[in-house]
Amino acid sequence: MQKKMAYSFPDEVLEQVFSFIQSDKDRNAVSLVCKSWDEIERWCRRKVFIGNCYAVSPRMVIRRFPEVRSIKLKGKPHFADFNLVPDGWGGYVLPWIAEMAGAYPWLEEIRLKRMVVTDESLELIAKSFKNFKVLVLFSCEGFSTDGLAAIAASCKNLRELDLRESEVDDLSGHWLAHFPETCTSLVSLNISCLRSDEVSFSALERLVGRCPNLRSLRLNRAVTLDKIANILRRAPQLVDFGTGYYAAELQPDVFSNLAGAFSSCKELKSLSGFWDVVPAYLPALYSICPRLTSLNLSYATIQSPDLIKLVSHCPRLQRLLVLDYVEDSGLEELASSCKDLQELRVFPSDPFGAEPNVSLTEQGLVAVSLGCPKLRSVLYFCRRMSNAALVTIAQNRPNLTRFRLCIIEPKTPDYLTLEPLDVGFGAIVEHCKDLRRLSLSGLLTDHVFEYIGTYGKKLEMLSVAFAGDSDLGLHHVLSGCESLRKLEIRDCPFGDKALLANAAKLETMRSLWMSSCAVSFGACKLLGQKMPKLNVEVIDETEPPDSRPESCPVDKLYIYRSVAGPRFDMPPFVWTMGEAVRILH
Amino acid sequence: MENSVAYEKATELRLGLPGIDEPAVLSSVKNNKRPLHDEKSGENGKSAQNETAPPSKAQIVGWPPVQSYRKNNFQQAKKSESECGGIYVKVSMDGAPYLRKIDLKVYKGYPELLQVLENMFKFTIGDYSEREGYKGSDYEPTYEDKDGDWMLVGDVPWEMFIRSCKRLRIMKGSEARGLSCSGV
Repeated sequence: MQKKMAYSFPDEVLEQVFSFIQSDKDRNAVSLVCKSWDEIERWCRRKVFIGNCYAVSPRMVIRRFPEVRSIKLKGKPHFADFNLVPDGWGGYVLPWIAEMAGAYPWLEEIRLKRMVVTDESLELIAKSFKNFKVLVLFSCEGFSTDGLAAIAASCKNLRELDLRESEVDDLSGHWLAHFPETCTSLVSLNISCLRSDEVSFSALERLVGRCPNLRSLRLNRAVTLDKIANILRRAPQLVDFGTGYYAAELQPDVFSNLAGAFSSCKELKSLSGFWDVVPAYLPALYSICPRLTSLNLSYATIQSPDLIKLVSHCPRLQRLLVLDYVEDSGLEELASSCKDLQELRVFPSDPFGAEPNVSLTEQGLVAVSLGCPKLRSVLYFCRRMSNAALVTIAQNRPNLTRFRLCIIEPKTPDYLTLEPLDVGFGAIVEHCKDLRRLSLSGLLTDHVFEYIGTYGKKLEMLSVAFAGDSDLGLHHVLSGCESLRKLEIRDCPFGDKALLANAAKLETMRSLWMSSCAVSFGACKLLGQKMPKLNVEVIDETEPPDSRPESCPVDKLYIYRSVAGPRFDMPPFVWTMGEAVRILH
Repeated sequence: MENSVAYEKATELRLGLPGIDEPAVLSSVKNNKRPLHDEKSGENGKSAQNETAPPSKAQIVGWPPVQSYRKNNFQQAKKSESECGGIYVKVSMDGAPYLRKIDLKVYKGYPELLQVLENMFKFTIGDYSEREGYKGSDYEPTYEDKDGDWMLVGDVPWEMFIRSCKRLRIMKGSEARGLSCSGV
């Protein structure tokens, strides 16, 4: 006789309780409690996040979670951003859309990152999901404005269309006119990546004017400065706005019109865009600066004095993205004006120049670390660094959770002592106990990895380039970093020993990327043979890896855990290492 | 040192979890490091004693790690108009099998442009007047402006025209006449 626990809840009650649990991790934990909880939970899971589209197949997801309304998928490895992943590598979303079209007719949200999206996929989305609301294509490619037209025309309840940083084939600006006059549901529209000058501005104006809930609007470069005022006046409720081209001849009436339009936006907290800025137009923003929490000036080629003036008007700033034109002096001003700053990203204006073109050094970052007590996230490109500065930063800001430092010239030592920067980065991992993401640069030996393995217990993502001396470095990281999920390495002398000795660790991580390292083809084959739950993919564009001796190092290696087995959509330059020395291709 | 002994044991070439004693799967594999193309670390960190010393500021693929999206957009921003070269626009004519492309910057004004169009497509355009558009011909030169609207060529000053013209279309027949009358 089956004993039913006297105190068990009816399924409906459990479902109700579970509906309050939104985080993926917690949901996964719930499903591990017992079989019946797993069963109940899977029927009421509405959101799924798949960090690697090849880790699982669409059918498996659909089988386990039959009632999903929202899906988020990531495709290519992060280093694809820097052209290290050849075109055609993969990350196609069409198979997913095709399966979901049948299985999830009520799907509402699709969020993709670094995936290849075709017009066919977009048309299929438009056709298949009657209640489709949210499409986010982050750093995607493969589609054109024709696909966007299909989405615009068919999705009657579209709330979000966000194409951030995607590469779109701009065939015609008229796709915007495909939004029917009845579409009033837009909350967020980001077309900043559209490069051509062909955006139908009148269609855009009308669309903006009839969507009273529009909160976020990011225009593309084609929209000229004089048009901004018209747009803003139709959407004074905006919270987030991305300008187009912010340059024009200074004309008093255009200026005052613009300033007036900005000041009428009482909710505006976040600004971006600012391609080609004419500094004389920046004061048009002054009325909203006191409310600004996020400012992205990372395309604005304006100099430090203008940046300082602007930033000093923004005491509530929490997030600033800027070019290194800001210089140390600008960062010192930032440190004294913006006490709420949580995130700072400083990008290089001349990354390939041999000599520094601006006066931005480690001093700027030290100043911000001292002056901004809430600073948590840093991305900083500079040309010199010292252990002393890093130690100071670490001691000032133990609350850092993301620290990405790029010293432009590989293997640059401490400029004061000419020593490696091991001690400096060591201090970062030692003091910043909640550090989740770290990118290294400069001259580094195996010692830095010893520190990272010892102290980086919460580290989830590590990026390494031109660092280390031997396998010991890699071994420290793989054996010490308990929370490691993503590891990406380029141009380091790490080879077979550390990789094979820590093979089991790889099953606990999402992925490992190694390029221009010293891992042999033989080791890759061995790993692929012995670890069936890993996909071990060798990428080589010049020749097949088995045309050389087994001891030869492979060019690029991408290892990821998967329950779907090897993939079959690989291009000719990718080989999966499979069972019994058979190489699948 | 203790550490290195432990490390040696741990990284003996085998596939078991460290700690489990298994016979080595492979005899020691010689780590044939291919000389890394741009720099080199000897054990003592001295740089390049390589046959192929790297050229002094060779651009390394994907370094510094600036997103290609950012690189492309920033480069576009830096280009000034003068570097951009001409203003090329497509020209279509109703009934013609294929389009042409012309550089508007090359011409000094409307008369020159219209002459060129006439020669290119072998037709004649009528006389322009502000009130009536082009009279005396079945053809009307029109253009699509930045807002996506179709306008009659000749209404605005030349400088403004070349800045806002996205493409040209020589309309024929009744459609054309519709544009030239006031109140379409």
